[in-house]
Amino acid sequence: MNSDLDLFLWLIFPYICLTIFVLGHVWRYRYDKFGWTSRSSQMYERDILRWANPMFHFGILAVFLGHVMGLGVPQTWTAAVGISEGMYHFLAISIGVVAGIGTIVGFVGLVYRRRFTKAVMGATSRMDKLMYLVLGLVIVLGLVNTGSQLVGDYNYRGGVSVWFRSIFYLSPKPDLMVAAPLSFQIHAILAIGLFALWPFTRLVHVFTAPLGYVFRPYILYRTRDAHEGSRSRRRGWDKVDTIPRRR
Amino acid sequence: MQVMAQMAMVMNLDKCIGCHTCSVTCKQVWTNRSGAEHIWFNNVETRPGQGYPRTYEDQERWKGGWTLNRRGRLKLKAGGRLKNLSTIFAAPYLPGIKDYYEPWTYDYENLTTAPAQKHMPVARPKSLLTGENTTITWSSNWDDDLAGSVENTHNDPVLAKVSEKIRFEYEQTFMFYLPRICEHCLNPACVAACPTGAIYKRAEDGIVLVDQDRCRGWRQCVTGCPYKKMYFNHKTGKVEKCTFCYPRIEVGQPTICSETCVGRLRYLGLMLYDADRVLEAAATPDERGLYEAQRDVFLDPNDPEVIREAHAAGIPEDWIEAARRSPIRALISDYKVALPLHPEYRTMPMVWYIPPLSPVVDAVSETGEDGERHENLFAAIDRLRIPIEYLAGLFTAGDTRPVDGVLRKLAAMRSYMRDINMGWEPNEAIPESVGMTGQQMTDMYRLLAIAKYNERYVIPPAHYEDAHKLENIATECSLDVDGGPGMGGSGDTGGMGGIGGIGGMDGSFAENPARGGGSPVPSRPEGVRINLLNWNGRGTPEGLFPDAADASTKPTDPAHPGTGG
Ligand code: SF4
Ligand code: SF4
Repeated sequence: MNSDLDLFLWLIFPYICLTIFVLGHVWRYRYDKFGWTSRSSQMYERDILRWANPMFHFGILAVFLGHVMGLGVPQTWTAAVGISEGMYHFLAISIGVVAGIGTIVGFVGLVYRRRFTKAVMGATSRMDKLMYLVLGLVIVLGLVNTGSQLVGDYNYRGGVSVWFRSIFYLSPKPDLMVAAPLSFQIHAILAIGLFALWPFTRLVHVFTAPLGYVFRPYILYRTRDAHEGSRSRRRGWDKVDTIPRRR
Repeated sequence: MQVMAQMAMVMNLDKCIGCHTCSVTCKQVWTNRSGAEHIWFNNVETRPGQGYPRTYEDQERWKGGWTLNRRGRLKLKAGGRLKNLSTIFAAPYLPGIKDYYEPWTYDYENLTTAPAQKHMPVARPKSLLTGENTTITWSSNWDDDLAGSVENTHNDPVLAKVSEKIRFEYEQTFMFYLPRICEHCLNPACVAACPTGAIYKRAEDGIVLVDQDRCRGWRQCVTGCPYKKMYFNHKTGKVEKCTFCYPRIEVGQPTICSETCVGRLRYLGLMLYDADRVLEAAATPDERGLYEAQRDVFLDPNDPEVIREAHAAGIPEDWIEAARRSPIRALISDYKVALPLHPEYRTMPMVWYIPPLSPVVDAVSETGEDGERHENLFAAIDRLRIPIEYLAGLFTAGDTRPVDGVLRKLAAMRSYMRDINMGWEPNEAIPESVGMTGQQMTDMYRLLAIAKYNERYVIPPAHYEDAHKLENIATECSLDVDGGPGMGGSGDTGGMGGIGGIGGMDGSFAENPARGGGSPVPSRPEGVRINLLNWNGRGTPEGLFPDAADASTKPTDPAHPGTGG
């Protein structure tokens, strides 16, 4: 039997946060495109940023892919293609630890320069600080969890992962999280909380990663007409037309 | 043939007095904002000098512009698409704020609040980045008029190329001013380097703009632009650039820098060009062929085939007519006295320069010879290799022949027109010696010396096919799009993650001193809001009735004398 708190944490809270995550991004994209940027501070400080920022970002990209594998792909699928449990864990832990340590070292470098470079500190908002705190905790706990796989015998692919997917199947299984070790629980809660913060922080830049650059022509042209406000005019603010618009 | 129109500028460097009026008026209009302190859409450099940002012309260091790859095709000097994306987390060639300068203000408050003391209180410089006391060591024109030239000028990348042996000695000094704006290139490297595709060239007039709503602050365009005319705004996290004052151009007015130029040395007009041949021209194997190659891309608006193709491309008749009258076309294609700035960057720049003859004239006059005589000037042009090579390093990738040619034309014009102005017999041999006729020479003189406002600026207003668009001009500001700089209301720099001013320093000017001032307002200014919530029900609410002058004579409620702000 679940306590109310368990129900809230592992069933209600995730849905609240996911809703905020989705609607928040829609809202931010519609109403604050101008604020949608990574707000780089490279101009102020580059010596630490030069190694720390790529290290953090490539690390976290690897971590993300690891989560897609670990949370998104059911155990039965990997088994079906002939990856044994031992093999999977060996790969997951070794790659995970390397990526995790890279991420943390990069993160520490970034936080250090943010704190101790006056100009960068001056450009840090309260929201940034909250986000760094939560993000840092999530990353540290994530690495702890990965490391704990070496000694512990908790099979997260049968627990946390199933619970995670169950949220999206709309048949959530909160009991699985109740049974998970504490460090997994905190990691999950903070991560979910981070998703709720996400649309209101500079993290939004992740969703406009410019992958299309590889395919587009170098030189872009736009007609003045198309440029006239890159966003369609808000409802109620249409101009008085003398000729019906063709568009 | 794909005919396109390009708004372009030519600056006659002989006339620049280095007053920086253009920079100041431009800044007042466009970048007088927190976060944009170091952003000078227009800056004026003393040459020889390091330029702004420092040594920006050293492309081995900053990797701006294009180069040719092994197969002779254009590629960005900073690297291809994958390299661009992989360096997004730490752009390797990005200038830091110190390469511009650390923005500062002064602690003016101390002047009025300091306690009585023996010495005059001073307003100490304070960094706008950290809020702390700072020492000013550089600025956008720190080396103005060769200031500190012994220390600084040897860092000039153009001078370094001219000759490794030149020591910059005071006696050898020559100098001139180089005002610079964005080149609105035909093959803009900034556009190509932008991972998001937020930068674009306007199809109608070729003006290169950044979509502020789409820019994500990846900063690759700053590296991409070899002229370093892409500036990262450190408050908004977005990149800004010279807009060619497009809201003014659209209604037929010159840019602010042109309008306010004290020397009246700027010319504005259209060029027609063949967009299909741009890449081929930009990929000309020999750097020194780039100037000619770019000139060949321009089309003659009197050529019937060009006119036909221009119509087919939807270019309106009055624009073609404007291209015929364009002073830019006359200076670039007819008289061939304007040269592109650093064509070797292969971006096909569209702000061209008439190189200055004055270093030559000065050198001749200093020797006591007649600095207006063409023979003396021609001889000096042949002799004064350092200034000429330097100019060639700026304008023709080091090829001195075009610079020689231009200076000879200018020298000939000087000499020929002196004879006419003095009432002497004009010497037709002078224009002939530079391959021109006397008539051409007088026409060129007219354009360079006495052209009036509407000859210097031939700007066809934006062509609106639809009546509803005409309404747009009449009723609203072009900048007044959602999120645009002219958007009504307070300018929010960062949305949710907005950052406050540092130590209250840059916020201190935010209070409007005019507000709440005691003097009666003669009539309601445009845009005053009527706030009935602040009205206590007695007297008349502020701003509801226009004539406050009248209202001040009316009996008002003594308990509520002020306007309440
Ligand atoms: S000069 Fe202007 S158009 Fe040319 S590359 Fe630089 S920013 Fe772009
Ligand atoms: S306003 Fe004109 S004369 Fe003065 S610095 Fe600028 S370009 Fe030169």
